[in-house]
Amino acid sequence: MQIYDLEADGLRGLNAALQGASGNETGWEVVNPRGSHAIAVGLDAPLDVTVTGSTGYYCAGMNSQATVRVAGNVGPGVAENMMSGTVIVDGDASQYAGATGHGGLLVIKGNASSRCGISMKGIDIVVGGNVGHMSAFMGQAGHLVVCGDAGDALGDSIYEAKLFVRGSVKSLGADCIEKEMRPEHVEKLTELLEQAGIDANPSEFKRYGSARKLYNFDIDNAY
Amino acid sequence: MAKDDKTAPQTLPRYSNTFTPDVNAEIRRAAATGIYDIRGGGAKRKVPHFDDLVFLGASMSRYPLEGYRERCDTNVVLGSRYAKNPIELKIPITIAGMSFGALSAQAKEALGRGASMAGTSTTTGDGGMTPEERGQSKTLVYQYLPSRYGMNPNDLRKADAIEVVVGQGAKPGGGGMLLGQKISDRVAEMRTLPKGIDQRSACRHPDWTGPDDLEIKILELREITGWEKPIYVKVGAARPFFDTTLAVKAGADVVVIDGMQGGTAATQDVFIEHVGIPTLACIREAVAALQELGMHRKVQLIVSGGIRTGADVAKALALGADAVSIGTAAMVAIGDNDPKWETEYNALGSTAGAYDDWHEGRDPAGISTQDPELSKRLDPVEAGRRLNNYLKVLTLEAQTLARACGKNHVHNLEPEDLQALTVEAAAMARVPLAGTSWIPGQGGM
Repeated sequence: MQIYDLEADGLRGLNAALQGASGNETGWEVVNPRGSHAIAVGLDAPLDVTVTGSTGYYCAGMNSQATVRVAGNVGPGVAENMMSGTVIVDGDASQYAGATGHGGLLVIKGNASSRCGISMKGIDIVVGGNVGHMSAFMGQAGHLVVCGDAGDALGDSIYEAKLFVRGSVKSLGADCIEKEMRPEHVEKLTELLEQAGIDANPSEFKRYGSARKLYNFDIDNAY
Repeated sequence: MAKDDKTAPQTLPRYSNTFTPDVNAEIRRAAATGIYDIRGGGAKRKVPHFDDLVFLGASMSRYPLEGYRERCDTNVVLGSRYAKNPIELKIPITIAGMSFGALSAQAKEALGRGASMAGTSTTTGDGGMTPEERGQSKTLVYQYLPSRYGMNPNDLRKADAIEVVVGQGAKPGGGGMLLGQKISDRVAEMRTLPKGIDQRSACRHPDWTGPDDLEIKILELREITGWEKPIYVKVGAARPFFDTTLAVKAGADVVVIDGMQGGTAATQDVFIEHVGIPTLACIREAVAALQELGMHRKVQLIVSGGIRTGADVAKALALGADAVSIGTAAMVAIGDNDPKWETEYNALGSTAGAYDDWHEGRDPAGISTQDPELSKRLDPVEAGRRLNNYLKVLTLEAQTLARACGKNHVHNLEPEDLQALTVEAAAMARVPLAGTSWIPGQGGM
């Protein structure tokens, strides 16, 4: 296990070390993050990184292959544009969690703020608590699992992302509707909850997705 | 004389200057369809432009350089503020961002070929980077767009520079719409969208909301790419002084200002014609912001939107830009709106020289289309040769003008070398009205 003191050795050194890590240096602990931005971004190897403490913006941004765990809370844009790998947040996440993510799994054990999964493009996101307004806005692909409640305008202008919410939904956004929970959806949801290590009963969730009425421009839909 | 006497003098039919034939045609079209007009390209109406400026040339008070003999350099370095690997181009004319999806693969390849031959850069667009584009472009700028379609850290690392797009000149504040006809299998796959749907591009970045966030976003991009690549910030010309100031504050290496003549793949005509300010009007404001910050020539300024000739290039540089960027002109150079397709343009209800329904994907020239049969019409090798020729001409023209003003580098051109033919141009370019020392708003006589 490599231990990196971010306060002492600086952000550039950390990211350069992680981006260049290979061979046996797969286990890393980052201490003293103190809310710094852009921690462990652009990783592209099967590393196992634990950040002990809370982070600022864009932690684990554009991650590929690596598993990044934050033993704390994260600021805006955690795992933004993630391609693959896993990012686990033990605490809460600020806005834009998993924004534009193309793949991989983002687990937020606590709550996520607004715009969680905005423009998601294939990422799977599991939130143990609640998500804020405009979550999964323009979501194209992937899954958003919300074990708590969802705020206003869930799935606004959604494409083909699949949303599962156990609690209440304050309101659905444009073109987002509740859909039938078929066996394949229960199976996928069960798999995601297991991967995320969250104990929740899949039968308590409802599924939401696109009504596909905005797929092709129609003047009657404009308002 | 009888009222119905046909031999009596008649008044001629008189068209209104308000309700012109094209205005009436648009009213009729709107009444019939109930939808606004969508088109590609930039503003078509006449606005103060580089044509309203003239160079003074050297005579007694200035000493000219010999044309074709004495050296006049054209190289430019972009990204000298923070990037470990700034870009050095042979000419100060770059190719603006245009996406694979909006343009055919052949067109993108042609742009790469032509630009590389001329020693300059090309730019990706909404939809990501294609292998063909990377392969043909010696220097490639990767756009980081609000939609993040096709955004990929591996491609980010393959790029020579990163351009964070905040807005376009054709539509500051507006998103995009690529109609389903152009969402082919490959375009749909690259953008993670169902084939054939109308693709929307967001008008704002999903994960930052202002210049303070942008500063942190730029930090992230630099950390991912090892601080090697210049970071451009591109804005549509609306408030160029403040936008330039904020882009510099956010850490941009290069600021790109796109005037209202700058094109788009597709957006509402009302947006293209009525939002943003002319290219001429934004340069001095952006330069003033850089000068006020002590960053002129340290953070480079690229100006785009309606650049057509070497005179336009030279005038933009004289007003303080470090480089210009061309989009529509590059498309014309590789064959867009070529009269040889006139019959087919007519069949689409247009004419060569005015065709702008790029969003429909039926471009007879094979450029703004994803139709494989139409795309095949464009030979990327020949089209690349044409673009290289065109870029050479722009450069030669700019050099000729610079030498006439006594400059051994095109960047040595300065506002003092210019005067304006109209009060409006004098005010916007902040150069004197020809024959006077009067700059509107700045006194003089």
